Amino acid sequence: MEAETVHITPYRTYAWVLITLLAFTFLTITVTWINLSALTVLVALAIATIKAGIVLTYFMHLKFESSLFRIFVVGVLAIYVLVIIFTMSDYLFR
Amino acid sequence: MTEEKTHHPEPSYLVNTGKYKGLMSWLTSTDHKRIGLMYMYAMMVFFIVGVLLGEIMRLELFRPGQQFYGPQMYNGLFTLHGIIMIFTVVIPGLAAVFGNFSMPIMIGAKDVAFPRLNLFSFYLYIIGAGIALTSQFMGNGPPDTGWTFYAPYSIQTHTNVVAAVFGAFVLGFSSILTGLNFIVTMHRMRAPGMTFFKMPLFPWSLYATAWIQVLATPIVGITLLMVIAERWLRIGFFDPSLGGDPVLYQHLFWIYSHPAVYIMILPAMGVITEIIPTFAQRKVFGYRAIAVSSLAIALVGYFVWAHHMYTSGMSPTARWIFSLLTFLVAVPSAIKVFNWVTTMYRGSIDMKPPFLFALGFIFLFMIGGMTGLTLGALATNIHVHDTAYVVAHFHYIVFGGVGFAFFAAIHYWYPKMYGRMYNFKRANWAFGFLFIGFNLLYFPQFIIGIMGMPRRYFDYLPQFTLGMQLSFFGGILLLIGIILMITNLFSKKGAIAPANPWGGRTYEWTVPSPPPVENFEVMPVMGEDEEPYDYK
Repeated sequence: MEAETVHITPYRTYAWVLITLLAFTFLTITVTWINLSALTVLVALAIATIKAGIVLTYFMHLKFESSLFRIFVVGVLAIYVLVIIFTMSDYLFR
Repeated sequence: MTEEKTHHPEPSYLVNTGKYKGLMSWLTSTDHKRIGLMYMYAMMVFFIVGVLLGEIMRLELFRPGQQFYGPQMYNGLFTLHGIIMIFTVVIPGLAAVFGNFSMPIMIGAKDVAFPRLNLFSFYLYIIGAGIALTSQFMGNGPPDTGWTFYAPYSIQTHTNVVAAVFGAFVLGFSSILTGLNFIVTMHRMRAPGMTFFKMPLFPWSLYATAWIQVLATPIVGITLLMVIAERWLRIGFFDPSLGGDPVLYQHLFWIYSHPAVYIMILPAMGVITEIIPTFAQRKVFGYRAIAVSSLAIALVGYFVWAHHMYTSGMSPTARWIFSLLTFLVAVPSAIKVFNWVTTMYRGSIDMKPPFLFALGFIFLFMIGGMTGLTLGALATNIHVHDTAYVVAHFHYIVFGGVGFAFFAAIHYWYPKMYGRMYNFKRANWAFGFLFIGFNLLYFPQFIIGIMGMPRRYFDYLPQFTLGMQLSFFGGILLLIGIILMITNLFSKKGAIAPANPWGGRTYEWTVPSPPPVENFEVMPVMGEDEEPYDYK
């Protein structure tokens, strides 16, 4: 199997990630005070997606792992997007 | 890969060497082979219960009108039959039993990547099955929704849906963890030199299966929790009276439950791909095509779910898209069948029981697959949707396919599991009863389905009587076949099995029968010019 490398992330990075996640949480709450009508859910989902991306990249070490893991994540996300598209082929054309 | 070792100083995995004796030594064992056998014993019990429930339904259907019990009990019976057979037998099925028993040996590993997690998966399986079964005897009577728990009825019925749904939820976790374990095992623990394209094809099929288990099962998990939330908290997800959309339930349910059909059938195809080259003594034809078609089935099979919903009020656009995708998934399935047949061509066929069951699988699976296209086509689907035709189709896939592959697998790996042979003549007789009984039971359902007999009805019009009675007698023959097979395999010990009774070429036939605890005395290394099926 492929060679293993251990990457140690400094605490400072984790601290920044935590602060960023908290900031985005604050932003999620803040935008609920603004009337965005149909975009409300979209904005909330967009912020949540960015947060999930940060968690995957740093806390789940995707940035430091082999490209195989990145392929897995991208593949899974692609399947998820296709599931949504095919489901919408029902809801948008009824 | 053919070197045999008949003498081994290490005790076999069946001998207790740990802290505990008897049952506890099994229940605390993290050995993948013991866990595989524990799944098998549990599944056999559930299978027999499921078969008996099916026979009780056939008994009621012997004549038109009420014979022994009323429609509410009939609804409860087919729900219980479906829950047991789908969630506790065929979904874990071959992957949990033979994937656990054989896959680590076939790839040259001592065990799976996470042995404790593997045992935990088994416990979850037992707990989930226990919850689902006890739901029948608690609360306001057994669930009567069918195994699909369709909303809004599953939200509105007063029967004990929540416990059954929660049982299925727990069973889903068992499936996810097994899938995760297998993916990591196949990525990290293959023998040195065994690249992915040198891995035997049963592990390949398990790899594709495992991805579906990991990616699709959480969707049904959350959907089932949404049903519970809707029943308890009155959140309007699916019930129109609460502002929900019942078609959304069907989407979410089938996004998992159609790929679940591939969770069942892919390992079955993998087993057949092992058996045919062994008993034809021929190198498997189109190795790469079979390997890649497993992944293709897993991938395309993920996007065909809504062919269960053509009559549910879905948009016409979605209908033709899903019909097209359904026809596409037939292509990789057909690739496998053509490759099996071509592997047999000019082979030295040895008609032993595992091969006989494998042939039975191909025949029945083809009927199941082709009739699936009738259902996948939009126009014909409208005519046969929710009729006995569908019952016949999915039993040809799930019993004729998965069931016969399971029987083939147990006759194939039995000598390796127990170090004993079984009586071939009785096994052949059992096959005869099973094959004839199966066809007599389910083929008439195609015909009465086309004639208009709806599924899940406890009563019927007089013109369906002959079909129903033929099915009843088929069910009896099938039951005799099952009893013959089980007594042949488990009632008395046969002759001692050699390490390689069938002349197989994969790693499990290089280790003693039964294998030692850690499978290999010397860990195997695959040479550059070696292949998994180097017959000729």
